Amino acid sequence: MLEINNLHVHYGAIHALKGVSLEVHDGEIVALIGSNGAGKSTLLKAVSGLLKPTEGTISFEGNPTMKMSAQAIVKAGITQVPEGRHVFSGLSVYENLMMGAYLRKDKDGIKEDLQNIYNRFPILKERLNQDASTLSGGEQQMLAMGRALMARPKLLMLDEPSMGLAPIFVNQVFEIIKDINSTGTTILLIEQNARKALDIADRGYVMETGNIVLSGTGKQLSESDAVRKAYLGG
Amino acid sequence: MTQFLQQLINGLSLGSIYALIALGYTMVYGIIKLINFAHGDIYMLGAYVGFLTTTYLGFSFLPALFAAMVICAVLGVVIERVAYRPLRNATRIAALITAIGVSYFLEATTQKVLGTGVKTFPDVLANTTFTIGGVQISNQQVLIFIITIVLMVVLQFIVRKTKIGRAMRAVSVDSDAAKLMGINVDATISVTFAIGSALAGAAGVLVGLYYNTINPLMGMVPGVKAFIAAVFGGIGIIPGAMFGGLFIGIVETLVSGYASSLYKDAVVYVILIIILIVKPAGLLGKNVKEKV
Repeated sequence: MLEINNLHVHYGAIHALKGVSLEVHDGEIVALIGSNGAGKSTLLKAVSGLLKPTEGTISFEGNPTMKMSAQAIVKAGITQVPEGRHVFSGLSVYENLMMGAYLRKDKDGIKEDLQNIYNRFPILKERLNQDASTLSGGEQQMLAMGRALMARPKLLMLDEPSMGLAPIFVNQVFEIIKDINSTGTTILLIEQNARKALDIADRGYVMETGNIVLSGTGKQLSESDAVRKAYLGG
Repeated sequence: MTQFLQQLINGLSLGSIYALIALGYTMVYGIIKLINFAHGDIYMLGAYVGFLTTTYLGFSFLPALFAAMVICAVLGVVIERVAYRPLRNATRIAALITAIGVSYFLEATTQKVLGTGVKTFPDVLANTTFTIGGVQISNQQVLIFIITIVLMVVLQFIVRKTKIGRAMRAVSVDSDAAKLMGINVDATISVTFAIGSALAGAAGVLVGLYYNTINPLMGMVPGVKAFIAAVFGGIGIIPGAMFGGLFIGIVETLVSGYASSLYKDAVVYVILIIILIVKPAGLLGKNVKEKV
């Protein structure tokens, strides 16, 4: 579904991605783990079209996306939940959700998806007219995920969805990701919480300073010595 | 009391015009964090469009108003595209200096093409005055006030209730997240310039009607005052610009009426200094806390 080949990204003099290749197949949950500064968020930004890679290719469902605008990429079916949620403050919860459906014209489908989101995140329904910035961190994460789902993505990319959340929300977030995947949405997940991410992932990649250093099934990675030492605390 | 009410009425007319200009400042600042110092000159050009269409094309008042709004909207979009967009990722001071450059460019071009002298705005709307309880109100004042209110209501509707308005607000709080929603950020910024410039164009025609004379440098002082109005209300906040504009207009006429018109500009600048010391975020502004 998503194929990334030999991707290089530079921020000025900093070489942030040094030839990354990875694949996400239809229906999978793929986890991308690695420490801060490894280049994980940079990779997602490049896929979303927010950054222009200097070299390499990205293709989605067989079509190259490197020359597409961020808008066209959303339209093609890739949506990202950015790190730190980035809900729109000053806009109500409802308005935030509707921003997710910005490019859609199918009114009935939008209504249906809103209902699904209210069922999946009942807290959002309660807070529908509240300013999004008044929500707690966990609620904002729910909103950011709901907003992304309003685009009806084929591929949902989540950047550190559990970061900074209370433990009860962390578990909930991973349950929801599994649930979203079970309804047919492919997931690319970036996480610091490597154990939980690898638990729900079909496959995973480990990134270090701009390179993929390991890959395998979720189980293989969580059992590998290198991963256990570096990311799972022994 | 009668004099006070009289000054209040005069202040509302002047304040309406400041408010219309201030809205453009505040909207543009809200979305790209640029103080568009050329905005006062868009207002001047609006007045000239009103002058040219009424004098040479025989337009009546409303068509002239409409023409000025459309032409200024287009101009605003072109200026953003040519002068500001290439500097989107440059330092803010570079964009600010460019805005000042655009301002001089518009003033000098108008002087070159249309002459440096004062033009007399044709009497497109005969002035009649009626007296209510000793207070004189002209039909032009009523018209200015009504048009301002209508434009503000339309603006609030666009910003609060429409899809493009939502996109404008989303881009102004977080343009990268807006891109991730599939919002075309450049197009949204263009729409913001179009709307803000159209409001300034409308203000230009209203001023031409009210004061009868226009000149190529007429945008400088009202531009600065509208900017102060926007800061006073809280820059980036639309109701703040409306309120700030009316407030500055009323203060100015009260000072002219009770003290001397020599002090009216000074008082407005003193207000700016006070607000910047006491409440830099503006009257309706909040100190934004970052939540991570």
